[in-house]
Order: sequence, then structure tokens, then C-alpha cells
Amino acid sequence: MTALVDLLRRTVATTAFRLAAASTAGFLIVAAVIAGILFWQTNKILTEHVISGLRSEASELAHEAGADGIEALADTIRARSRPDGPDLYFLADAKGQKIAGNLNRLPPEIGESPRGGVFRYESAPGGEAVSRLGVAMPVEVGPDARLIIGRDIEAQLQYAERIKRTFLWGYAILSLAAILAGLAVGRAVLKRIETIAATSRSIMSGNLARRIPLTGARDELDDLAASLNTMLDRIEQLMAGLREVSDNIAHDLKTPLNRLRNRAEAALRDPRGAEAYREGLERTIEEGDELIKTFNALLLIARLEAGAVEETAARFDLGDLVRDVAELYEPVAEEAGLGLDITVEEGIEINANRQLVGQAVANLADNAIKYACRGTVANDLRRIEVSVAARGDAAEIRVADHGPGIAEKDRERALKRFVRLEECRTQPGTGLGLSLVAAVARLHGGGIRLEDNKPGLRAVLSLPRWRGSGGGTMAAQTS
Amino acid sequence: MRVLVIEDDRETAQFLQKSLKESGHSADLAGDGETGLAMAQEGGYDILIVDRMLPKLDGLSVVKELRSEGLRAPVLILSALGDVDDRVKGLRAGGDDYLTKPYAYSELLARIEALARRAVPEEQETRYAVGDLVLDRLSHRVTRGGEAIQLQPREYRLLEYLMKHAGQVVTRTMLLENVWDYHFDPQTNVIDVHVSRLRAKIDKTFDKPLLHTVRGAGYMIRDGAG
Repeated sequence: MTALVDLLRRTVATTAFRLAAASTAGFLIVAAVIAGILFWQTNKILTEHVISGLRSEASELAHEAGADGIEALADTIRARSRPDGPDLYFLADAKGQKIAGNLNRLPPEIGESPRGGVFRYESAPGGEAVSRLGVAMPVEVGPDARLIIGRDIEAQLQYAERIKRTFLWGYAILSLAAILAGLAVGRAVLKRIETIAATSRSIMSGNLARRIPLTGARDELDDLAASLNTMLDRIEQLMAGLREVSDNIAHDLKTPLNRLRNRAEAALRDPRGAEAYREGLERTIEEGDELIKTFNALLLIARLEAGAVEETAARFDLGDLVRDVAELYEPVAEEAGLGLDITVEEGIEINANRQLVGQAVANLADNAIKYACRGTVANDLRRIEVSVAARGDAAEIRVADHGPGIAEKDRERALKRFVRLEECRTQPGTGLGLSLVAAVARLHGGGIRLEDNKPGLRAVLSLPRWRGSGGGTMAAQTS
Repeated sequence: MRVLVIEDDRETAQFLQKSLKESGHSADLAGDGETGLAMAQEGGYDILIVDRMLPKLDGLSVVKELRSEGLRAPVLILSALGDVDDRVKGLRAGGDDYLTKPYAYSELLARIEALARRAVPEEQETRYAVGDLVLDRLSHRVTRGGEAIQLQPREYRLLEYLMKHAGQVVTRTMLLENVWDYHFDPQTNVIDVHVSRLRAKIDKTFDKPLLHTVRGAGYMIRDGAG
């Protein structure tokens, strides 16, 4: 019982029920106003009809009395008076004694009133006396007699009463239907919301694979459920990514740590003694430095992805920076037997963190040099092309090589943390270079794409271009 | 050189004290911000090494306070926070250099020696000379034994920095930060390639090398006899 009351209370509390109730209430109010006006108008028309009928008869009888005398009038009245008819008459002499008519007495409500009014009278059509309502008015028939004519309005009243009752019944049925419909809709909504809540509770308790069932009705709740499911998919995907990253961290940090430990042990066991210790320690430090680099890169990516780098953005010429960084790498490229071409479109400015963009360009250049084509190939393939160009609202930095490139299926994956494609395992590196570039791009509202350079890889880092101050003049300081 | 080390990790502090002593400097230790501030206020230190996160009073506040009192001694800030932002904050608070943990001792030593030199009120030297290598800062001309050497602008600035710190170890990171103004990891040993190019121009055709590689630390330019 309490459960039922509780369910009812919760259903009543639903938005669906409240909406149904509010709209029904509004509808009922409007309907009541319309019905009221209709009722009032009908009543008025009927009443006017009765009154005008009485008036014309009154003037006709008054005329007859004036022309033919009271006796003739009495005859007319007698002829018109039917015992159960709706037309009512009462003719009396000066003393108040009844001469003719179907009313038994002068209605006391009318009395001496010169304008007439509503009154009650007794009628006995089926033998039994019934009190009925009528309207009456006095007719001026001279000093010797008094004439009251009237109409029975009981039928009219009953008609009005019936209309009223019909409306009331209608209201009652409508209200009941609305409440039931509201409850039903509220209940249905509540049930589906509860399904969603139950699913989310299940997910919270660790069952991340659960999804909210769709009803297939394609309504707003299905829409909601579908977008919640999409969100859950994304979260699950991110969690999986995170797990993958932590596995990779475990692998990529633990492997060198283990190597470091092995080296130290081997050095300790080495019979050569001091010399071996020295060598071992030096390599330990080198190994440690590599670990620190990996760790720093990881930390930086994490902070960039959290958007935790505060406003150190400044406006600078991208071409200058890229030319600068490329020049830093030029001798390295040369040593590797590679040419480095730098093409820069002048005057492209961006608003960004100079160090981070510098790091991103450095990573791209470093990658290009590492994976560029080597050996005995034609000279024009042993080149790396670095360029800066504007493309709409974006500034694009392209770093292209003619090396083996990355197969299309692997390109997306290559941007992820610690992903080192099999071919690259032999090269030194942390596996974080490209993901750091991607993180820098995302932080600045840009992006990175890897394209086919036919042959080779072309990395395109695009960053939003700084739009000139034209139109955006700073408000002048008022002093 | 008298060094004040304000660092709350005892082991790190003692390691620094011992190492600095071995390098011919003397070091006092302070374990928290307040003690460090009081010791620095007494004065007499040539350089301060301040950890950024300290009990009682954080490193940046210590530096700010000392700077507002007019302390001129150079300050090296040590921090586990290595973002560009953190560095900017550290330098803004009044630090002269910023080193991220973990660091190599050789890096720290090279930096404080470079800072100490900067602190000596040098007249704007217009000419650096190491042995028979001369760099004229006004005409931007470099000669060795009277013979002119053609350098690229970047090579010139690299040599200028090395010669400014002649006789001191200059690390790769210091070169990257001061000659290129980059505060990031360049992945490969780009600096080595640049230095070896410079070396080819200033040393190769001469008998006595001036530009030396200091193993495990960086580079140093000095007259072989010195």
C-alpha cells in the first residue's frame, strides 16, 4: 500500500504529469469561460423572447379593453386561458375578485409592482399540485379591473439546468481523463528514467560495458539515451586508452629501469673492479637521463592534455620560429647526408606558447631526419622539406621527408603515446614525439595530420592564425 | 664562492654541500624557507640555491622577499615543476636561473659558476680573447692569430657565449637556452653538431685546440696552458 502511495507520489511529481495537469487546468478554465458566455447569451435570448411576447400581448389586450370594455376582455381571456398552457392570465375586478384567467390568485411577488417580475404559482396538470416558476407583468386596462399576464418559464429553466449539468459532467470526465493520462504518461516516463538511473548505477558500480536500452520510439528520451550511450562509449574508449597508456608506461619505463639495474649488477660483479664500476656508473647515468627525458615528455603531454598550461601565449612570427628551429637541425640533417629545404611564407603570426610550438616543430624535424630516406638513392630524395604557409584561418607547418613513410592504417595510431611502429624500433626515441606534437596542437586549437608524401611522410601541423588587430582596436583608457 | 643551499630534502642538501666543497666552494644549508630567509638576510653569500617547494615559506616567496630587501646575489631556483609557465614564474619572482629536477650535478655547477660570473659587475666588455682567438663585439669580427674567421650569425653567438664564460664549463642545455632561447628538449644532440662545426672553423687548422669537450658535462673554451 505504501509502495503504491510512493509510486503515485513519484508519478505525480514527474514533469510529464505536471505538464498534463497544467495544460488540462488551462483547458478547463478556457472551456468554463466559453460555456459561461454561451449559457448567459442563450438565457438572455430566451428571456428577451418571453418578455417581448408578453409586451406585444399586453398592448393588444390593453387596446381591446379600451375599445370593447372589460366584458369583451374577459371573454378573450377565458378563450386564451388553457389550464396547463404556458400562457398565464389573471383578470380581477377593482375589489380584487377574480373574473377570468388560469391563475387562481394575484401572485404576491408581483403585487403592486408596475413592471412585473418573476413569481411562483401552483399548477396541477396531472392532478397533483406542482410549484412552477413564471414571469408576469400588469396590463393597463382601466380603473375597473386588474389584468396580469404571464408565461411559464419552468421549461426554459430546465433547459438551462440541463445545459449546466452537461457541461459539469463534461468537465468531470475530461478532468478524470486528463489525470489518468497524466499519470500514465508520468508513469511511462518514470519507468524509462528509472531504467536509465539503474543502468548508470550499474555502470558506477564498475560494469562499464552496460548501455541504456533504446525503445525504438525515436523520441526525446531515446535521443537522450543514445547520446548517453555515445558518451559511455567515449568514456570506455578513453579508459581503455588510459589502460593502454599505463601498460605502455609500465613497459617503457620498467624496461629501461630493469636494464639500468642489470648494468649496475653486472658492473658490481665485474672482476676488473674500479674500471668496470666507473663504466657501469657512467652508463647508469646515461640510462637515467634517457628515463628522465621520457618521464618529462609524458608529464608534459599529460599537463597539455589537461589544459594545465596557463596563459604564457604571445604573438610571434611563425615563419621566424620555424626557420630558426629548422636551422638548428640543419647541421644534423647534413651529417645524416640529408638536405634541408626551408620555405617560409612571410608575415604569418600566431598567438601561442613559443616554447611549445618550438618543441613541436623540433620533434617533427627530428622525426623527419631519423626516418628519412638514407643510403644510395637519388639525391633529390635525400631531402627534407620544411615549410610554413597560410591556409584560410590556419597557419600550416609542413615537414616532409622521402623516407618509408607510414602506412595509412597506422597513421592514426602513430600519434598515440608510446606507439612506435615496428619499423622504428631500431631508432632511438621515446615514442612520445608525435603525441607531444598532437597535444601541443590540441592545446592551441589546432591539429596534426599525417599525409603521404609519395614517397615518404608529410606531417602537417596546423595552428589557428592570429587575426590582425584591424577592427579590434582596444578600448581607449579614459583618464 | 660561498653558497647558501635552501633545500628541505636532507640527502639532496648534503650531496650538494659535499659536491660543492669538492668543486672548491663552501656551502651552508637551510632546511626550510624561514631559516633560509634569515640566513640569506645575514648576507655574505655569493650565490643562493633555492628549492621551490619548501616547508614554512615557499621558495618563490623567499626570493621575492630577498629581492624586495635589495639582495643582489644571484639565485638559482630548483624545482620539480618544469613547465614553461613554472620557469616564467620563477624568473619573475626574482630568480636568475631555473633548473628542473632531476638534474645533473655538472649542470648545476656550470650554472652557478656562470651566474656568479654574471654577478661580477663587468663593464660591457667589447672584446673577448682566449689565447690567440679574439672576438670583437663591436665589429663582430673573429680572428685567430690575426687570421680572420668567417662565422654564421648563430656560430658567432655560440662562440660569444662560450668566450664570455671562458674557463668555465658550459652545458648543452645552457647553450640551447642562452644562444637559441629554447627551453625544450631537442631530442638529438643538435648542440654537439653545432659545436663541432664551430670547432672546425676555429680549431681545426691550428695546432692548439681551444674549444674542449668536458666529458659528462659540456664544453669549455680555454687556453690550453690555463
